[in-house]
Formats: sequence, structure tokens, C-alpha cells
Amino acid sequence: MKRFLLRCLTLVIVWNLSVYSCLQAADQTGDKDSPDLKWAAAVDSNAPFAFYDAHNHLTGFEFEIITGIARHMGREPKFIQNSWDGLIPGLGRGLYDCVICGIEITAEKGQEVLFTDPYYITFEQLVVAKGTPPVGSLAELSGRKIGTLEQTAALRMLEETPNVVVKSYAEEINAYNDVCNGRLYGVLLDFPIAKYYAGPNPALEFTGPPFGKITYGIAVSRSRPELAKQINAALHEMVKSGELRDILSRWGLWTPTMAAALKQQTDPSLPDTEYKAFAAQFEQEGGIIARLKKYFVYWPVILQGCVLTLEISMLSMVLAIVVGFLLALMRVYGPFPLKPIAILYIEIVRGTPLLVQLLILFYGLPYIGIKLTPFLAGMLGLGLNYAAYEAENYRAGLLAIPKGQMEAARALGMTHRQGLVHVVVPQAFRMVLPPVTNDFISLLKDSSLVSAVTLIDLTGAYTRIATQTFDYFGTGLLIAAIYLLIGLPFVRLTGWLEKRLSTDRRTPEQKPSFWLGLGA
Amino acid sequence: MSEPIVKVSNLRKSYGDVTVLKGVGFSVEQGDLVSIIGPSGCGKSTLLRCLNALETLDSGEIRMAGVTLERSEGERRLDPRFHDLAHELRQRVGMVFQQFNLFPNKTILENVTLAPLVVNKEPREVAEENALRQLEKVGLAGFAKRYPAQLSGGQQQRAAIARALAMNPKVMLYDEPTSALDPMLVDEVLSVMKALDAEGMTQIVVTHEIRFARDASDYIIYMEQGEIVEISDEDEIFSSPKDERTRRFLHRFL
Repeated sequence: MKRFLLRCLTLVIVWNLSVYSCLQAADQTGDKDSPDLKWAAAVDSNAPFAFYDAHNHLTGFEFEIITGIARHMGREPKFIQNSWDGLIPGLGRGLYDCVICGIEITAEKGQEVLFTDPYYITFEQLVVAKGTPPVGSLAELSGRKIGTLEQTAALRMLEETPNVVVKSYAEEINAYNDVCNGRLYGVLLDFPIAKYYAGPNPALEFTGPPFGKITYGIAVSRSRPELAKQINAALHEMVKSGELRDILSRWGLWTPTMAAALKQQTDPSLPDTEYKAFAAQFEQEGGIIARLKKYFVYWPVILQGCVLTLEISMLSMVLAIVVGFLLALMRVYGPFPLKPIAILYIEIVRGTPLLVQLLILFYGLPYIGIKLTPFLAGMLGLGLNYAAYEAENYRAGLLAIPKGQMEAARALGMTHRQGLVHVVVPQAFRMVLPPVTNDFISLLKDSSLVSAVTLIDLTGAYTRIATQTFDYFGTGLLIAAIYLLIGLPFVRLTGWLEKRLSTDRRTPEQKPSFWLGLGA
Repeated sequence: MSEPIVKVSNLRKSYGDVTVLKGVGFSVEQGDLVSIIGPSGCGKSTLLRCLNALETLDSGEIRMAGVTLERSEGERRLDPRFHDLAHELRQRVGMVFQQFNLFPNKTILENVTLAPLVVNKEPREVAEENALRQLEKVGLAGFAKRYPAQLSGGQQQRAAIARALAMNPKVMLYDEPTSALDPMLVDEVLSVMKALDAEGMTQIVVTHEIRFARDASDYIIYMEQGEIVEISDEDEIFSSPKDERTRRFLHRFL
């Protein structure tokens, strides 16, 4: 028991330390004199903008542009990962200095952020299955199912076209796959995306003229016009020196449109080596060995995801157990103000979606001046949410202990509190172990929701790897297996605890099953 | 004669509209064994539970082992000191329940040592030594390491008696201690109580064991419908009951 307490204590200390360091990190992000240029992007499935290559190195033409800009500014580029939906809100929260992620300059977005001068100008490209009759205009798509990404210019253009059935996707790979699968007639997306994700695929072809005109700009906070000016200056130097043309040429993105806009020569200054390297991935044919090798490259991402998933699950479970226990005591034994507070908390938290709670904690609280780091927000969200369920478990456990137990304790001269601590709670603890284990397994899986607050957990790793390897199937099975595996030790542990704490020692010993602990 | 160790006067208790105790009073001398008998629902268990404040009395007075619990009629709010006094009283009074109420997750030894450790803060060696002595007294010396579920009903009830004795009570209260037992096991519990009587322990027993009441009690209290009908010598009550109701009740057992 002492050792158990010691372990709990260590865990709490570790937790406190991590909270402390998180808070520190939160402080630092607001620091404007930092020599770092903190830039954010959603790098999952984000070629050729900024993405992780097959060797898990960050690359992409935007990556090269921002690196160049930072060099010209004399600052160190520092990358911050965020989800696509969270990029602009994160800027408002001061998580980073700027966002470069194929964001189209629009008047509407100009209300929220300040845009630099455009660093790339392009158009929307329609992609259809090979052999589809040519399409001349968007109007011809009437009655067709067309896919695109959320929050894009293409989505807006499609919605303005009458009778087009628009399907919006989170990942371009899925959209293009659905054209191959026959679920979509075509996909309308920015030319760079089409070039990289549809171009190498022999089952797809480009069709129609360039639709619209899209300009990408770097977004900075509206409160920092100097920063925008500095970035513009650096960008213009890169244009003048031909650095931008070099980058775009190597990525195969130097188009006549760009040449005209920058008043430079139409032909690329360098061969499109980066595009070739990327497209080569599609041609790789793989048996199982080749596949496993491919996954092996990603083991650091998987490992990091595992660690984060475990960390956040365990810490939030500790939080859930502590808070849940207090809530249960309040609800069962608490006097007037405490009892209804506990009931209210439990009902509200149980009755609202975890994802909404996480988003409120991370993106909502800054509006009232509370900025949490992603880790802290994720942990608090999961922990406080599960506390409500734990409270109900413990309440059931407390109520299941016969009244006679407390009476016997009191008759022996114990106070109510002593009776709880020494008689009722230990018995209730044993009783609630199975449902608590159940909740922990459930929490382990729900921790995948923290990818919504920019954390790369196991599920985050899945999305990243799948979008880089174009393999949702194999990667999915691999990640699912990992979730299963990391949950099992806990099932075993509680099985063992249950047996140890068993109240009826006459129960014949069950033969332990060694089948992955499934019998425990 | 010295002051009685238990003195109850005008004790009233009701649950909502149902009056369970209608002004009960009696006293018990040091070293006496008193049985309380009567038909089911007559209020005898409630009386016993009021004695150590597991139920809160509505009005009346209980003096027991040097502690006085009192409440005057119509007093809506309990005296704030009431709970402290009740707590004090429970430390001086032992209670044995019909369902034993042993702690199932603890060994017999742990059951017996828990209160001395937690309440009296006794050192573990002292508490265990005393506990083993109490277990020996009830004939369970070899069962210290067993769990309650491994014991028979009679053994469990004797363990419960040892657990109460470990707090050195001045008075022992028994709430139908043998009602949940196999008839074969009743005697082993009753003989422990007789032995305690011989040692001079003051005991109040709510029981259905008329034979035990007659054999072991110094006197018997007969209750019916929340009232004490008769307090008599254990022989007298059987041979010449003063009250017609007592005679009718006991008639069935003779």
C-alpha cells in the first residue's frame, strides 16, 4: 500500500512538473522579442506546401519559402503543428507569429488576419477519372457529385455553381480516391494539390481550363503590422534574387501565371527534382516486406504518438479518479450546497460532447484570458470529462456497500469520516475496479480526440502516416493494433488487483489465461 | 446501592406518523444481563439502536456509562453537542448486530484491531495482543488470519463480539444476535454471552431466544407496541406474568 501511495505521489509530482512547464511554454509564446520566427501549418496530407517526407523530414515549397524569409529576417524558423481548422484561431491566441499553409487571400479572411503580399498565384484544377469527356466550364458539372476540401476557394466556387452536389473532405487523398472508386465525378482543388495528389495517379486526368485565380498569402496577427512589413521585405528580396523562382521550379510549380505576375522568364530555372521524388512514391510497388519497411521509417512518429497517448491518458485518468472521487463523496454524503453542485457538474459534463469541451477549453477559454497549452487543454478536457463518469462509478460503489458496514464502524466509536476511510471506501474501491478499468480503456481510445487541439497522438500519427504513404488500410490496422496492445497491460494489472483485493477468499482460483491477458 | 449504569427515561421515537417508542424507561445495574423480548415490530430493536444513537431519539434521556444524551420534547434542532456526546458514548458501549456486519475485506484479526488502531490510536502490537486475547475468549484463537467469509455464522458472530470487546466497553448491546444463525450454532454464541456475564459485563440483549432469556437473564423486559409492558424477574415472568399481554405472548413458548 505504501509503495502504491509512493507511486501515486510520484505521478502527481510529474504531473505538476509537466503542468508547470506547460505554463512556462504558454508564457513564452507571447514573447515578441523572441529571435524565433514561429510559423504554423497543417502538415498532414499537405504536399507540396509543407509536409513530412518519407524520411520524416519537414519539406515543401512553403517550408522552403518561410525558411528563406526567416533567413532574410535574421531569425530562426520554428515550426508549430496545428490542424487546418485551428490555424487562424491559433494565430489569434498568439501561439505563433505567422501561418503559411496555402491560405487564400480573401476580403473575408482579411477581417480576421493581416495578409502579406502573395507568394504564390494559382488557379483551381478539375480532376476526373481517366476517359471522362472533357469539361469546358463549371456549369457543365450540373447534377454531378464534385469533391473538394473544407474552407477552400474551390468549395466556394462549387457552391456558387447551380445544381452541383458538393462533397467536402478533410483530406485530398480521400477525395481523389473517391473519384477512382466512382463515388465522385470529379474533384476541384488548387493546382498544386491536383498536381501532387492526382497528377501521378494514372487512373485520373486533368480536364478543363484553369478556374478562377487564387493568391496565397502569409497570415499574421492584425495587431502586428510591423511583422507583416518585415516578411514582405524578405519576400521581395527572395523574388529579386531569383530564390523564389528556384524554389518553385524545383517543386514543378513555376507556371506562366507566376512568371507573368513576377515579370520573370516563363521557363523554370531548375529541373523539377522535388516533384519527381514525390511522384516516385506512387510507383513504388510493395509486397508486405516493402510495406513494413515503409512503416519502419515512421517509427519515431508512432513512438512519439504512443508516448503522448499514454501520457495524456494516464494523467487524465489520475485527474478523473481524484476529481471523480471527490464528486462522488459530494454527491453521496455532501451537505446542501455541495450535493447539487456535484449533480450539476456530472449532468452537464456527461451531457455534452467531449470534442466540444476540448474545443471550448483550447480555443474558447482564451476569450476570457485563459490560455492553456495543447497538452494541458487535452489533459484537462479528458480528465474533467471522465471525472463525471468516474463519480457515478464511485457513487454506485459507495451505495452498494451495505449500510450495516458504516453502522458497525460507528458503533465501534469511529467518526463518519473514519468509517468512510477505513471501512466503506476500501470495499467500494474493490467493487468499482471493473468499471474503472473499462473507463480507462475507453479513455485511452477517446484520447484520440486530442488531435483536435493540435497534439500528435497515435491517431495523429495515423493520419500523418496514412496521408504520406497513401495507405489508410495497412496503417490503420497497425495503429489499431498498437492501441489494443497498450491497453492490455492495464487490463492485466486491474485483473491482478481485483484478485488480490477479492473479498471472498473461498472463491476457487481461476486459471489465469495467458492469451494476451484477455482472460484476466 | 450505586447509581445504575444504564438509565433510560421517557424515550420517544417516531418515524413520520408512526410512533415506535412511546415513552420508554428502565434502568440496568452494573453487571446485569437484561433481555428485551416482545413480538416483531414492538420497537425493541429501535430502542437498542437509540441507546447508542444509531437512531436519534425524538425526546427523553439516556444515561449510560457516564454519558447523558437528552432531548426535550418539541426541540426541533438537535443540540450541536449531541453528536459529540453520541460519539463519546459509542466508544464506551459495544454493539453486536443481527447480521454480524463484519468487514468482509479484512481478516478476523484486522476486524478486531481496526477500531483500537483508528479510534484509540493504540500501537499495533498492543492492539494485536489484546485482539488475540479477545479472540481466545470467544474461542476463535486459531482464526485470526481467516476472512469472515471463511467462517460459519456462529464463528462470525463470536468474532463480532470480540471486535466489540476490543474497545473495552462498559456495556454490551446485542440486536438479535442469534436470529440469523442456524439453530445448531446458536448455543456457541449464547455461551460466550453467559461467560461475559460471569465476568461481570453489563449486557442488554434484544432476543427471540426465550429459553436463553430465561436461563441467563437477571431480568426480562417485555415490550409491545412501543411500550414496556412488564419488567420482571426471569422466573416470575414465566410462572406468574403480571400482565395479560405478557402471558399471551409467552404462552406460545411454553
